[in-house]
Amino acid sequence: MSSTTEREKEAPRPVRRPGDRIFEALSTSAGILILLTLLGVAVFLTLEGLPGITASADEIGGKTGGKGFFAYVWPLVFGTVWAAFIALIIAVPVAIGVALYISHYAPRRLSSTLGYVIDLLAAVPSVVYGLWGLLFLSRELAPFYQWLADTFGFIPFFAGNPSGGVSANSILTASLVLAVMVLPIITAICREIFLQTPRLHEEAALALGATRWEMVRLAVFPYARSGIVSASMLGLGRALGETMAVAMVLSASGVVTFNLIGSTNPSTIAANIALQFPEAFGTFTNVLIATGLVLFVITFAANFAARAIVERRKDFSGAN
Amino acid sequence: MTTTLQKTPEPFDLKSELQEHQLPLWVPKAIVAGAAVVGVLLAVSGAVSIAQAVLIGWALTWALPIASRVVEGGRKASDRTVTLLVSSAFGLALIPLGSILWLVISRGGPQLSAEFFTYSMRNVVGEGGGIYHALVGTLLITAAATIISVPIGLFTAIYLVEYGDGNRLSRSITFLVDVMTGIPSIVAGLFAYALFVIFFGEGIRLGIGGAVALAVLMVPIVVRACEEMLKLVPNELREAAFALGVPKWRTVVKVVLPTAISGIVTGVTLAIARVIGETAPLLIIAGLTDSVNFNLFSERMTTLPVFTYFSVKFPGVPPEASIDRGWGAALVLIIIVMLLNLVARAVSYFFSPKGER
Repeated sequence: MSSTTEREKEAPRPVRRPGDRIFEALSTSAGILILLTLLGVAVFLTLEGLPGITASADEIGGKTGGKGFFAYVWPLVFGTVWAAFIALIIAVPVAIGVALYISHYAPRRLSSTLGYVIDLLAAVPSVVYGLWGLLFLSRELAPFYQWLADTFGFIPFFAGNPSGGVSANSILTASLVLAVMVLPIITAICREIFLQTPRLHEEAALALGATRWEMVRLAVFPYARSGIVSASMLGLGRALGETMAVAMVLSASGVVTFNLIGSTNPSTIAANIALQFPEAFGTFTNVLIATGLVLFVITFAANFAARAIVERRKDFSGAN
Repeated sequence: MTTTLQKTPEPFDLKSELQEHQLPLWVPKAIVAGAAVVGVLLAVSGAVSIAQAVLIGWALTWALPIASRVVEGGRKASDRTVTLLVSSAFGLALIPLGSILWLVISRGGPQLSAEFFTYSMRNVVGEGGGIYHALVGTLLITAAATIISVPIGLFTAIYLVEYGDGNRLSRSITFLVDVMTGIPSIVAGLFAYALFVIFFGEGIRLGIGGAVALAVLMVPIVVRACEEMLKLVPNELREAAFALGVPKWRTVVKVVLPTAISGIVTGVTLAIARVIGETAPLLIIAGLTDSVNFNLFSERMTTLPVFTYFSVKFPGVPPEASIDRGWGAALVLIIIVMLLNLVARAVSYFFSPKGER
């Protein structure tokens, strides 16, 4: 504080015209408005959600199957995290592979074009993914699921229906669609980070006789590790909040189960809101908004963690 | 042990020494080409489905790492295995893209007709009808969202680059803008609903609410794009303007912004392309109607994504006509998004400052 006043004494004060003041005030208030918006999201969701959280099971039981708020939201939270988790398990290895292919394996001249092609996946609207999952993917996958249930039915994940059949509108199909949707996001970040690996590290590895894979393992991966983690976390945030694809593909019944290909599946928070909200009224609307608040907190935490990892590793990695 | 010591050294041949444990260069190409031929033949003959043919062809390419392990040894073999895996990952990523585009074009293409673009769904049962009302809704709501978010986003970027100077406020704005990028779209819709409910009462559905929700999603994208572009403007330009006695705000308006304008337009166009396909927030706050509505401030407003969703998820009886309309609307939506992406790339290609291409 004192240093600024001293400096102001030494140097003549710069001329500040009214235009400058107005312009600075405008741009500062725009920045503050963004902070207020984010705050407003939390405040308004809490305001409107609070009656739903505090409502007794009798009040909202007609819509929630006789459950109170927390009993209602728990299977949804489970479904949200579970579906996003499966999606990430599928998407992250593929995304790393695709990013590596574009950055280190594809012919140099082609690589930027191939990057555009993968970015096209990110441009497809989510409702089109839902359409694709509902009318194409689930039908194509049904025989494969039947085979899974017949062959690996002893593993609880692939138990199928108690009656013996499988359901293609299951959480595994929804997670596959989610995986396709987060793939371009993770790929784009990983690709950038892989490309930032210091050239000299790579050439040193090659000069010592490393094969291309050994070069990648010794020079590229150590450099990119935190970037891969944060890219996955960002993908996780996206998968947690993705609505339409899940709402269209999944036939949900609000249970907690690890069975991936059965006909009873846990729903996700976002899909549940999308399906219930158009017909909701009264306190149930508040319940849905409260579940939205829970989703907001979960995704905020995931994104916060991702950004914090990037911030912490900023100085000694390419992830920024 | 002793035998090896006594063995007379063979005459040293550099060429064979280098080539001995190495597959000839044509082998990888031959194996991949052979696998492709077998796959195509199987698919054409109709003995197996296309998916199975692709799988069989892919399985055959594993001959390469196996041959490599026999001839070249473990290190080379794992290198080839990884090359195969990485290329397969890329191929795998292309499958959904190809199948989505093929499906949408083949199913949606026949729907496109003059009637499809000029009729609404008012009083339409079964076949017929179109997406005029949804087109109007999408264009109006997206335009309103752009009008709300571009000034906020642009001024925030100006604050961050020109005034913020890395102080605490600008650092927290940068961080929270990053976090805001990750807000689920449905939460943005609920926020808009919760905001408008306070003024208009329960069950409110308004076009402008959808615009607010989309703006919440759009602002962080616009801020990031504009910030990157403003940072690219060389400091020499600003200093030259200051040296001529130009006030700071006129420097920003007359020097910095014109230099960065092509990048800003590109960023904003990409942001529009991102939010124009959003379904969830509009489902919550803009709702669904069969009629044309030009007024953002009253009544429900259908948009293309929401129309697609309801056409396919709740098609009614008989379902075929409605599902076909859904495909048609999806195709129109994809075309709009791709056009916006193309425009963005074209702007950045043709109008960026010379020498920075």
